[in-house]
Amino acid sequence: MTTTSPLAGIEASPGIAKPDPILVVDDMVKRFGGLKAVDVGHLEIQRGAITALIGPNGAGKTTFFNLLTGFDRPDSGSVVFDGRPLGTRLSPNRLAREGMVRTFQLTKSLTRLSVLENMKLGPSGQRGEGFLSAMVRPLWIDQERAIERRAEGVLARFRLDQMRDEFAGTLSGGQRKLLEMARALMTDPRLVMLDEPTAGVNPALTQSLLEHVIALRDEGMTVIFVEHDMDVVQTISDWVVVMAEGEIIAEAPPAEIGTNPRVIDAYLGARHDTPLSLEEEEEVLELVEQEVERLAEEQPDATPDQDEEEAL
Amino acid sequence: MDWEAIIRNAVIAGLSREAVVFAIAAVGLNVHFGYTGLLNFGQVGFMAISAYGVGISITQYNAPPWLAFIIGLLAAVLLALLLGVPTLRLRADYLAIVTIAASEIIRLVFRSVALRNWSGGSNGINGFADGFYVWNPFEPTEQYGFGWFKVFGNQAYIILVGWTLAILVTVLVWLLMRSPWGRVLKSIREDEDAARALGKNAYWYKMQSLILGGVIGGLAGIVLSVGQSTVQPDSYSPPVTFFIWTALILGGVGRVWSPIVGAIIFWTLLSLSDNILDGLVDTGIIPAAVTAGTRGGSVRFMIVGLGLALLMIFRPQGIFGDRNEMMLEDR
Repeated sequence: MTTTSPLAGIEASPGIAKPDPILVVDDMVKRFGGLKAVDVGHLEIQRGAITALIGPNGAGKTTFFNLLTGFDRPDSGSVVFDGRPLGTRLSPNRLAREGMVRTFQLTKSLTRLSVLENMKLGPSGQRGEGFLSAMVRPLWIDQERAIERRAEGVLARFRLDQMRDEFAGTLSGGQRKLLEMARALMTDPRLVMLDEPTAGVNPALTQSLLEHVIALRDEGMTVIFVEHDMDVVQTISDWVVVMAEGEIIAEAPPAEIGTNPRVIDAYLGARHDTPLSLEEEEEVLELVEQEVERLAEEQPDATPDQDEEEAL
Repeated sequence: MDWEAIIRNAVIAGLSREAVVFAIAAVGLNVHFGYTGLLNFGQVGFMAISAYGVGISITQYNAPPWLAFIIGLLAAVLLALLLGVPTLRLRADYLAIVTIAASEIIRLVFRSVALRNWSGGSNGINGFADGFYVWNPFEPTEQYGFGWFKVFGNQAYIILVGWTLAILVTVLVWLLMRSPWGRVLKSIREDEDAARALGKNAYWYKMQSLILGGVIGGLAGIVLSVGQSTVQPDSYSPPVTFFIWTALILGGVGRVWSPIVGAIIFWTLLSLSDNILDGLVDTGIIPAAVTAGTRGGSVRFMIVGLGLALLMIFRPQGIFGDRNEMMLEDR
């Protein structure tokens, strides 16, 4: 896949330019009090590719997602989507209508709507969604039927068609993820942003979910997804962006990302291979000592090992 | 005990002017809470502002009744905008606090001494409703009805007009809620962020819902004031809102016909409990001390309250609700 990818031969360095970016982010900063949650200098996302956004917990991935999709407001920064600058006061509904759709880490299935109603909510520009025209059924019923036919097609593809009339709340966790993705497709997106699409999904469903993600790319959509499972990242992504402490610290094809020293540092700690200083050694010893005392108090019957007592 | 009289009174109460006012107001509340998830604890504020809008524009500005009617409903639109603009971007509970406060502010302002010459202070506004009775086909001194269900002409007129309006707004809500517009409202009720992520302007839809339900509430207020031929500030006190909530929950939240059925049942139950209690006292089964003086009213509400508590335990979804739907949890 990498040989035919438009990303082949791109230098693996953070903020590098892509041949055909659909999304360009510049100087995006978000602070929570004194904490800089997101600080992205420059990032380009290649059109028609699957880009994985990874990073340790608390790296700012979801916050970055929220900033890009208008659910959170950046302190500064600019976004250019498909050649059009979007400004900083983005509203999620406007961005969705522009063709940028997202899913959520904690699935937001509309519990008390049927699966089909969930799907039919997707398309923008529905005539029946206006207050006055809503009362006159002939004005929107043809469009509604067309949307329903399309929704049934997508549901069949995601193997949810038997559930079409069930409440979305009766679906399993994995099926909800599928429904959320299917519903997002109903908006005709150009860019699909998936926040941990496989979290809490059983392995069999994960497999089919990933196939759907690849299918989206093959249909010409651009996909960005946040993921923790490195196997998943290696399997489906064309490009990997790594965040740590709010910043983009590395970008590379999936095969190379594991060997990048900054990535290893970010995941395992910067000093994982350097020896401890004298103070740190004492600190660690102190902790061990306390732990041993605590254990001894918890189990007064157990006689402490004599050698260990002497050693301390 | 005279069971025939007890049942007759219960039926009359269930179809009375009060019941129809509650039914209409509950239809509005159903739009807010049942379909959009908006917590409006000040529905009576919409009723009051519209009733005063009608009363003041007739007594102070000699407006013709049809114009006063429109002004009354526009006042409800304005109130919805005023309440919605600052709160609808925030979490649902903010609207709840603001609406309950606003409804009391409205009542206290209209009954204030400073505005006595304009809104009548605590006496309210009288002598404005005659214009609405020119279309009354019934003789005020005659009784109308069928069998033993009989009411005087003026009340027959209000009941007829009121229930017609109640059915009209219910059909309107039914038309809207089966449309894609209604689907957007329901999606906001389920998860506002999901609706926004799909390109729906949740704020604007919530505003439309607040206005629609508020105007329907205003209609209820106008029916009440015209029916009583007076706008009394203390007819619009907070408990009214909570009785309307009770009627709605009794019927089943988010169902088209539940506000109407809930209001009828609510008033039927009130009358039944009252009359049966009196009957039991008369026959000596219950000591007279229980209902002596003004205690009867309190005891009646205790019984109704107990009934509601039992309903919540055994049928939390109300008459029309679907228990399975209600029990769906968010994961």
